[in-house]
Amino acid sequence: MANETARMPIATRAENALATVVLALFFLTFPALGPAHSAVDIQEVRSKGGITAWLVEDYTVPIVALRFIFEGGSTQDPEGKEGLANLMTGLFDEGAGDLDADTFQLELDDAGAEMGFDAGRDAISGGMRTLAETRGEAFSLLKLALTQPRFDQAPIDRIRAQIVAGIQSRARDPETAARIAFAEAVYGDHPYARRSEGTPETLATITGDDLRTLHSRLFARENLIVGVVGAIDAETLAAELDRIFGELPASPDLVRVADVEPKLGKMVSVEYPLPQTSLQLAYRGIEREDPEFFPALLMNHILGGGAFSSRLFDEVREKRGLAYGIGSSLSNSRHADLLVIGTATDPERADEALGVIRETVAKMAEDGPTEAELDAAKRYLLGSYAINNLDSSGAIANTLVGLQFEKLGLDYIERRPALIRGVTREQAAAQARRLLSEEPAVLMIGPRKTGDN
Amino acid sequence: MHLRYIAKRLRFALVAAVMGLFVALAHADNGATSFMLDNGLQIVVIPDRRAPVVTHMVWYKVGSADEEPGRSGIAHFLEHLMFKGTQKYAAGEFSAAVAAIGGNDNAFTSSDYTAYYQQVSPDALPAMMDFEADRMRGLILTEEVVAPERDVVIEERRARVEGSPGALLAEEVEATLFQNHPYRIPVIGWMHEIVKLDREQALEFYDLHYAPDNAILVVAGDIGPGEVRAMAEATYGKVPRGPKRPQRVRPQEPRQDTTRTVTMYDPRVGVPSLQRSWVVPSYTSAEPGEAETLDLLAEILGGGVRSRLYQQLVVKDGIAASAGAGYRAAGLDDTSFSIFAAPRGDNDLAAVEKAVEAEIARLVEDGVSDDELRRAKNRFLRSMIFARDNQTGMARIYGSLLSTGLSIADIEAWPGRVRAVTGTDISNAARRYLTADTHVTGYLLPQGTVDQ
Repeated sequence: MANETARMPIATRAENALATVVLALFFLTFPALGPAHSAVDIQEVRSKGGITAWLVEDYTVPIVALRFIFEGGSTQDPEGKEGLANLMTGLFDEGAGDLDADTFQLELDDAGAEMGFDAGRDAISGGMRTLAETRGEAFSLLKLALTQPRFDQAPIDRIRAQIVAGIQSRARDPETAARIAFAEAVYGDHPYARRSEGTPETLATITGDDLRTLHSRLFARENLIVGVVGAIDAETLAAELDRIFGELPASPDLVRVADVEPKLGKMVSVEYPLPQTSLQLAYRGIEREDPEFFPALLMNHILGGGAFSSRLFDEVREKRGLAYGIGSSLSNSRHADLLVIGTATDPERADEALGVIRETVAKMAEDGPTEAELDAAKRYLLGSYAINNLDSSGAIANTLVGLQFEKLGLDYIERRPALIRGVTREQAAAQARRLLSEEPAVLMIGPRKTGDN
Repeated sequence: MHLRYIAKRLRFALVAAVMGLFVALAHADNGATSFMLDNGLQIVVIPDRRAPVVTHMVWYKVGSADEEPGRSGIAHFLEHLMFKGTQKYAAGEFSAAVAAIGGNDNAFTSSDYTAYYQQVSPDALPAMMDFEADRMRGLILTEEVVAPERDVVIEERRARVEGSPGALLAEEVEATLFQNHPYRIPVIGWMHEIVKLDREQALEFYDLHYAPDNAILVVAGDIGPGEVRAMAEATYGKVPRGPKRPQRVRPQEPRQDTTRTVTMYDPRVGVPSLQRSWVVPSYTSAEPGEAETLDLLAEILGGGVRSRLYQQLVVKDGIAASAGAGYRAAGLDDTSFSIFAAPRGDNDLAAVEKAVEAEIARLVEDGVSDDELRRAKNRFLRSMIFARDNQTGMARIYGSLLSTGLSIADIEAWPGRVRAVTGTDISNAARRYLTADTHVTGYLLPQGTVDQ
């Protein structure tokens, strides 16, 4: 039904936000604007029961947006039960407490609320958006879903069948197969190499008890992070926090997941008669806690992070018309970090595109960015915060949750501009050398070239 | 690795686009104002003071359905070329200026409109207007920039369409559904015509259609109408009117007398699926209340997990993995109403198709219950409040409706019209439009399957 065609692919932009639960963090900074706008007023709310949430109170629109995450995502799936966390997140509106699926959904609809859950690799995230006037009923249903999900057999079978249909519909898609192979090549036997949606075989083994066990392991108060935006005051929120989350167990029971050093220097090549050859190059990334994170972030922005102004955009698209979408991004997960470049091009020109990308990367690794480029990148990252993080209640709530997930502190938003401004050209150049000097892992999917035999 | 996330984003985007049409509408009585400059530029201002951000969008009342035969894709190609500079600003300078302050910019083309937007801090708004007004009549194109950009568009078509069996099928279903109207031609253009588009054709299209008297400026966010008017007069106000343009009268659809099927086999297809489409009135071409009825019909029949198709086929019978319906609401001329479904497990696609037909027949014969109509209406009216939470979404909804011929008054009348729809209206619309003997059904099938 989408009958529009745009100048820039949405997917390329989405790649900027790789870790599902920390959507907002790459562009966290505040615009250099007048004092009236210079800060979001974040309140830290602590309930009597000891649950903490960050709140931005705002009464402009009579709604409340609540986001939360429970640390521990699909990496917590037991061996052989891959897809368990993902299946679980499809079942929270399929019956809870005394309410069967039908009744629960009708009550949620009558309460004027929307509720959603998602399983990432490192965390389960979820949220609710409700009209302020029906907040009480809506939060009662959220509490029921979080604390007493039913996991009835009929909804399990139905949602599982939908996931399996999705897997099967992509099973013959060479892109899917190739990306699985690439994840295995880069992550080896680490849980990050597993498919978070599982396989038809692993999904078939999952029972209601498996779901109940995972739920009780993951949904606890200690690994809970909450962000709230909208028409609600701190005192009311404190009481609601205890009501919604208070009955969860204190501590989760998480399996320890090891950090993993991605294996680079490999080439995964899949031949298939497609109209385009898609390319992905994975380089070494940088930890979010690393003191040199900002120099690396700025360097990446100059290399390929900017939507219509980056070295890769200029060289690959603007000068040569080799691709529609081209970009690079820092990917930060709890246990692995990468810098990833992706594009898709005319198969006959795939080698040329790969060559241009490698040359552009090598030049950056050698010389680093110029002062002018660094200055422009700083101005972008300073100004983009409000636009990327404050233009809806949901976006602000995501930011509140992301800040807590990364343990960046209540004052981070005020500290951030100085962290960006302080980066020198030498620091950014050093990060270019550090991240881009090594041979990357390369994924190439496309037809055999006519020149080949 | 990140496909799941991207897919999700795209799904949200689609839902937003479909939901979008009805959602924003009630904001009209909530602060949106409209006025016109002497040169014919219509301006709409939607204040939202919560964050120091504004969305600045220019909508041209021209799209792919206004192209000359044989030049499919020229509207979209021109959209790309609009970033190639003017006498005053070099190629890329506009986007660089946006990036330099942390802003976002992009553009998009549809069959009926072409829009350009930036999201920036309010103090940058005059600069945005200066750039956008400058390229309204001042575009300069050289062969050096046109050729590589055509390659970009060719790659875009490969990425969006040629690489996806589902997209190829959808394109040919449209081409079959519309027998005479240019909605049959894809917005991005047919490949054999894209490769021949050139600089002269782009400039000809530009000169004729890009002018203040053929555009709507929508500004949403942290700014008031007075300030917008002053800034706009100093920038857009200096742009002269364009030449006389032909009326936007397109060839209309003849009476349809047949059912048609369009079948696509592809080795990449893992699970078969079907979609069925009918030609129906749009919000612009419908009689008062008729489009609202079709909107509610789509919601009750196939809008989400509480809909009839989902509850019957997916939950109760368990024969389908997915099932739903959609109504393309915005359009200068008659648009389309579609249903889609895919079987669960080993179930037969033909059985799913029969079940879909049975649900439509049941709705026509027995009508809808008061409860499901009340719930659907409440969902529509509630979504208007949620829509006010997103300024860009609001700007897009106003722009798409106004550029397809609706007025602010139409927009203000929307909630009342939704409330007035009756159950009988819904079953009558289903009977009239979701006919058994005039439609197009598209099948997406794995290679090697036997024909239906």
